Amino acid sequence: MSRTIIINLLRFIVLVFIQVFLLKNITLYNLSTPYLYILFILLLPFEIPNLLLFVLAFILGLAIDAFYDTPGLHTTACVLLAFVRILFISITVQKEGFDNEPEPTLSIMGFRWFFTYALVLTLFHHFFLFNMEVFRFSEIQYTLGRVVLSSLFTVFLILVSGLLFYKSKERK
Amino acid sequence: MRNLLIFISKYNAFFLFIIFEVSALVIYIKYNSFQKATFINSTNQVTGGLYARADQLKSYISLREVNDSLARENARLRNQLKTSFYIDSAAHHKVVDTIYKQQYEYIDAAVINNSTNHRNNYLTINKGSRAGIVKGMGVICAQGVVGKVVFVGEHLSVVQSLLHKETIISAALAGTKDLGSFIWGDNLDPHVGLLYNVSNNATPKLGELVVTSDLSLFPAGIPIGKISNLHSKSAKGAFLNMDVNIAVDFSKLQYVYVVNNKLAQEQRGLEAQQKKDE
Repeated sequence: MSRTIIINLLRFIVLVFIQVFLLKNITLYNLSTPYLYILFILLLPFEIPNLLLFVLAFILGLAIDAFYDTPGLHTTACVLLAFVRILFISITVQKEGFDNEPEPTLSIMGFRWFFTYALVLTLFHHFFLFNMEVFRFSEIQYTLGRVVLSSLFTVFLILVSGLLFYKSKERK
Repeated sequence: MRNLLIFISKYNAFFLFIIFEVSALVIYIKYNSFQKATFINSTNQVTGGLYARADQLKSYISLREVNDSLARENARLRNQLKTSFYIDSAAHHKVVDTIYKQQYEYIDAAVINNSTNHRNNYLTINKGSRAGIVKGMGVICAQGVVGKVVFVGEHLSVVQSLLHKETIISAALAGTKDLGSFIWGDNLDPHVGLLYNVSNNATPKLGELVVTSDLSLFPAGIPIGKISNLHSKSAKGAFLNMDVNIAVDFSKLQYVYVVNNKLAQEQRGLEAQQKKDE
């Protein structure tokens, strides 16, 4: 139990640092900006209580906002992401399987499930984030393009990090 | 009552979502509509300190470029010194001139945090109220206009960059002094902006310099950019539209000057009084 807490705490700090000091400076053709920090919410254990999940999403959003100078923007997107995560997991995962599947990682859940999971959640998060930032319907076409390209970049980074920490012995 | 409690606990995820989302939206909207002083930004100690650290490292790497640009600017200023002019009349005498009083003062500052890839971009600079910076001052650099101070801390300030949805600058064509408004284009290209509302009589030329006008909060004649296209695709308003190549390269910004207009307070006071009288 305490091991899970330490691992998630470390993951939180490392992901915020990567996002703020490395990925914040990366943009492809002014269109595609990766937001890898949402990986923290994606990888929280299955059994986490809903209240704790929302609190963590809120804190993560505030931490990113503090560095991006956009109070509330990433927070709203992260809270939405937490809600979509709860819905997605309740639809696709059976409750009985929780004992031997503590975390929704790539090595435990398999490529197909994890890819859909990451793609759907990232699309929701990015769609909401970019539209909240622009807040104008007149630029919707351009915003949607940015949403799709940025999501592809983020999902790519999530899969790469999933493969980096791939533990083959855990797979059955 | 019991059924209500059962209902709420069954769908607790949804109700928790509503509570957290509303509180996040309140933070977002409150900050956006009033630019209120919140502690969640890069002027507080933790984030500001970390950014200052990261900037030290970055500025070390780009020392050579900064040196070059400073040397160029030095050379340009040296050219304007009295000593670099040749005096060809034999007798000269000194006159204490009381016509000229200083209107603009410049405070130099280093950029410690910067972004160019969002719809609304901000910079953080390392001078604050201690150095005499006040909200609303203009910010320029050696190449041209940078933005406007929107939030001042004791040691740091946040600057709303030229690359921002709500930045509008009163601009003029350098040659003919025709007025217009300058905004950042909506395709998020950090090198291109839009000059619009220029009167139909004006005859702009490709490559003509666009500068700040007398009506802006900057000193008149600070360059904004050069005209790159006379008929902009993203037209706005009923008058002439043109694309402008922005003079400042925001991704390489290192040092800026904050402009202190000594007559700004007097002007604001007069204009407020006029509003009251109407």
